[in-house]
Amino acid sequence: MKDRRLRTIVLTAAGTAALLLLAACGGASSSTPAAGGGATSAAAGSGESTGSASADGGELAVLIGSSGAPETAAVEAASAAFAKESGTAVTVTAAQDLPQQLAQGFASGQSPDVFYVSGDNFATYAKAGNLLAYGDKLSNADDFYPALRDQFTYEDQFYCAPKDMSTLALFINTDLWTAAGLTDADIPKTWDDLSAVAQKLTTPPVVGLTVGPSRDRINTFLLQNGSFLVSEDGQTVTADDPKNVEALQYVQSLIKDGSLKFPAELGAGWGGEAFGKQQAAMTIEGPWLLGAMAKDYPAVKFTVAPLPAGPSGDQGTLVFTNCWGISATTQYPEQAKAYAEYMTTKQQQLEFAKAFGVIPSITSAKADYLTEFPDNKPFVDGIDYARGVVGAAGIADVLSDFDAQLQTLGTQDPKTILESVQQNLTDAIGG
Amino acid sequence: MSVIGSGGVEQTVADIEHETQTTAKPARNRSTRNRSSRNRDGLAGWLFMAPAFIIVVVFVLIPVVSALWVSVSDWSGKGSPLGANFIGTDNYQALLTKPGLAQRDLGTSLRNNMYYVLLVVPLQTVLALVLAVVLNRRRLKGKGFFRSAFYFPSVTSSVAISIVFLFLFNASGVVNAVLAWFGINGPNWFADPRGVGHLILGALGVDTDNPPSWLTDHDFLGLTWWQWWSGPSVAMCAIIALAIWTTAGTFMLLFLAALQDIPEDVEEAAQMDGTNAWQRFRAVTLPALKPTLFLVLTLGLIGTWQVFDQIYIMSQGGPAKTTVTPAYLSYQTSFVGGKWGQGAAIAFILFAIIVVFSLIQRYVMRDRKTLPKRRRIATWEGKK
Repeated sequence: MKDRRLRTIVLTAAGTAALLLLAACGGASSSTPAAGGGATSAAAGSGESTGSASADGGELAVLIGSSGAPETAAVEAASAAFAKESGTAVTVTAAQDLPQQLAQGFASGQSPDVFYVSGDNFATYAKAGNLLAYGDKLSNADDFYPALRDQFTYEDQFYCAPKDMSTLALFINTDLWTAAGLTDADIPKTWDDLSAVAQKLTTPPVVGLTVGPSRDRINTFLLQNGSFLVSEDGQTVTADDPKNVEALQYVQSLIKDGSLKFPAELGAGWGGEAFGKQQAAMTIEGPWLLGAMAKDYPAVKFTVAPLPAGPSGDQGTLVFTNCWGISATTQYPEQAKAYAEYMTTKQQQLEFAKAFGVIPSITSAKADYLTEFPDNKPFVDGIDYARGVVGAAGIADVLSDFDAQLQTLGTQDPKTILESVQQNLTDAIGG
Repeated sequence: MSVIGSGGVEQTVADIEHETQTTAKPARNRSTRNRSSRNRDGLAGWLFMAPAFIIVVVFVLIPVVSALWVSVSDWSGKGSPLGANFIGTDNYQALLTKPGLAQRDLGTSLRNNMYYVLLVVPLQTVLALVLAVVLNRRRLKGKGFFRSAFYFPSVTSSVAISIVFLFLFNASGVVNAVLAWFGINGPNWFADPRGVGHLILGALGVDTDNPPSWLTDHDFLGLTWWQWWSGPSVAMCAIIALAIWTTAGTFMLLFLAALQDIPEDVEEAAQMDGTNAWQRFRAVTLPALKPTLFLVLTLGLIGTWQVFDQIYIMSQGGPAKTTVTPAYLSYQTSFVGGKWGQGAAIAFILFAIIVVFSLIQRYVMRDRKTLPKRRRIATWEGKK
């Protein structure tokens, strides 16, 4: 009798435990807000804010790949203002790992409504059908710089609004510059100038120039020689163009005569760090270095110049940008489009420029921006001759292979490198 | 993806399930009962098993099966993989038979990981064994302190340790500072893609810039024999050092537990027979440790083939792809490259490699029924 009761108790307990377990498992997935994507309670600590809600105005989940606290705060403030104005509730979440969180959202069909999309990932997402093509329907569609529109155009459709932009320019340490007996007149205009000043500035342990061994820096030299990895329309692969070989040979010559060293060789994580620590007198970086210098190396004096032109006289730089991507599966496409439009207005972009140092993506904001930040002219001017990053679908592995080969540029034959890139890119784009 | 990293969970879950089964059995056969009561016992068995069973199905079986499906499909990462098209073995062909970047990347990752396994598994096992034997001495002061100290790296967060190692092996870091005392100009560890195998050949007088043609003319998985011979890169060596240092502590505990199980009288008997310390270690301790040794080697082999977190934190596969491992490549291919099918295929190729290596190891370490002839006399007494 006693035995039996004990067994009943045990069985009931086991059954209840199993039910609880099931409920817990099931509950975890169903309690996620329908549009939340990765934005569960775990992400709350990383900064999540909700704008004022409205019953019929719809609600947007926004996932951003934030550069830091100032950017998150600025986007949150702007979203709250938008929510107030439009009656659409907005939840902003700062991602820990944006591509991974987006991938999970796309797979589960519960991606956030609006999210940052980088130029690298854009084509892959567009090809998979994850993005809503709304760019042409924007009232300010023609206001964006053409290079930025091209970056987010896939199969002749302008998909999403570029949120801001950054171009690359030459950073020069003024103290080291004058110590080497150089003046403003010596600021390099051509490759020959650059070699000469880099040589002069190289006084071990300080090197003249440091550049990250990555396509996102070295490709500027290809552009300055009037070529690139792909043609203007992105359809033809031109990686093994003799002009590109010549460009890499030029970079190799700087490495060989010791006036260019990669940041890692100097024990630095990136070009900006080596520049800030005064291990290198010049570096090629974007406007993000301005903020880093002010914060980490306030004592170092520097100036910013446009990148030099190649032998063909071409000027060239790269432009990096993110866009406000809208999910193809969003329930509120109209509200999401209105949000993207609001975030890219002149007033809002100038606000962002002040908050975290980005450059507006629209031509109409150029004059106001330059009045506010006259020193950043080289970056803004760069957009006139800049190209976006190579953005075909499914080429991430090709480009990372190119990066890996650039790390050994000092010893490897540039022609061999570019021939392999040509082969791999053709395989990837053609297939 | 689920094949990677879930090994540990799978094992524990399987253990639990196994235990539940074995404990449920005697209850069923305890006495002769009528049919309905036996059925109810069966029900009770299932109920007890249910939590573990559900966990295994939901978190192991379903993910593994769906990953297998993804590896033979053209899933783009949008929506459920069940809606994707079946494309046969295309993903596997791109990795194994079709010359191209995907094949070369896989070859590179396998080469890197092979050297990692070849160095980490033996060294961490030997280190763990030595530490355990030292700690097992009866007359050792501060035993508790050393035990904690050696085990400490294993219980510390691998992220924290990886970051510390990044600083230690920095170009101007502690390791190079110490090397400088001895007049050695240390390498720039995490930025140095040169292979140790090539460096050794270079030191032996081989012209590494123009390697012999019989090595460069033949290739396997997109890499020439010369490239296969490269050995771990200098950067990989730093990661190998980290791996040995962190895991040796865990395995030391396993060895220590096994050592304490060896009866003292056996050791004393061997001592009476006039054996020296090395002979005792070789003929008494080591054979007694064989099951533990098998466990340590198996866990080591599986763990090292799946190395991911250190790579993700410390090098992201660089410099020049010399620290890319199949697990990391699978992640990159899927999450960064958006080629989910290929990423899943890499995971299953890795799975196959681990299974094959585990089987080989089982075969090598199997219990031999017949002893080699020349040793029979020595063990004759034991056999009687």
